[in-house]
Amino acid sequence: MSRTTLDLWVGFFVAVGLGALLFLALKVGNLASSSSGETYAIQAKFDNIGGLKVRGAVKSAGVVVGRVTEIRFDPEAYLALVTIQVDARYKFPRDTFATINTSGLLGEQYIGFEVGGDTEMLKAGDTIKKTQSAVVLEKLISQFMFNKAAEDGGKK
Amino acid sequence: MVRALRGLGQRVTSRIWRLGYASRFFLAILMYSGTSLRRLHLTIREIYFTGVLSLIIILVSGLFVGMVLGLQGYDTLQRYGSTEALGVLVSLSLVRELGPVVAALLFASRAGSAITAEIGMMKATEQLSAMEMMAVDPISRVVAPRFWGGVISMPLLAALFSAMGIFGGYLVGVQLIGVDEGSFWSQMQASVDFRQDILNGVIKSFVFGIIVSWVAVFEGYDAEPTAEGVSGATTRTVVTSSLAILAADFILTAFMFTGT
Repeated sequence: MSRTTLDLWVGFFVAVGLGALLFLALKVGNLASSSSGETYAIQAKFDNIGGLKVRGAVKSAGVVVGRVTEIRFDPEAYLALVTIQVDARYKFPRDTFATINTSGLLGEQYIGFEVGGDTEMLKAGDTIKKTQSAVVLEKLISQFMFNKAAEDGGKK
Repeated sequence: MVRALRGLGQRVTSRIWRLGYASRFFLAILMYSGTSLRRLHLTIREIYFTGVLSLIIILVSGLFVGMVLGLQGYDTLQRYGSTEALGVLVSLSLVRELGPVVAALLFASRAGSAITAEIGMMKATEQLSAMEMMAVDPISRVVAPRFWGGVISMPLLAALFSAMGIFGGYLVGVQLIGVDEGSFWSQMQASVDFRQDILNGVIKSFVFGIIVSWVAVFEGYDAEPTAEGVSGATTRTVVTSSLAILAADFILTAFMFTGT
């Protein structure tokens, strides 16, 4: 086989391989969406974060507006301290209400923003005051069972 | 009793000696690889033989692995009513594990064995000695280009395998079974991270490329210069590199995917 055809084939191979990598990065991975523009960091304290994870989504009205970047335990207040990077395009009022929700019945957990009515907006480094913890399914079930048992006991 | 102990000791020392020899051989390849980078056509020729000629087997098996993942994943996921997660299942298992590992195993048996047999036959027919007689260093002329050809080809082949597998999963999941196309791709994009998943997969396949190429050229160079010795060396290449790939995969996975 002559050298030019060899070079051609190898060039084709390398191009196709790099194309596959690009496909993985852009179509399969989140390179296209994660590197979009600037963000600002805000914090929120929760009593219980449930199964929230770093890189979890932050949604407002169902649209992803940011990501969870750090989860720490605050040893003084005994609360979970969650750092969120919010897309700089979106501003939220000071009295935004942060809740931990679950997508689907057993799906991944995410932070939801319910927007308040304050005229001042959250700035980088601010802390969200009003939060609601994750719903722990076991607690809910046991509460339901106890109520049910108490009701049944009352009837007798 | 004493003889058994002596046999054990001898076996252990010979293994260690061989490992040391292989490591020195590895260093020698790195030191003499200047020529293979300067005379690039030597390496390009090896990329053709190891990479381009492995394309068919990698693409076809990637497609089938992806299609099987699509079928099996759908069967399991539908019990939990979350068939939209099929894209996540297919892509994560391919990008993180199956792509690098299966591509490396195929590469070891398709290209690694060929490299060993070629170098072993060169040694058996005394071509390597002839080169030395002509003051051409066989490591820089024969071994290093084959090593680098394998190292360069491997990550590209693994990426192709993963991409082809995801396409196969898409074919079965979306086109054949009818999973919603939008959620197939969007859930995939939401949970596959570029640095955490894809880049780690590429690093894995790069390491596997080094392992396979190293074992292949070493076994070939170290083969007994007889027909029997070459066949034994070829077998050892496939067995050793397959085991080394799986062990290295466990170690790399333990480092990469824990603690997050």
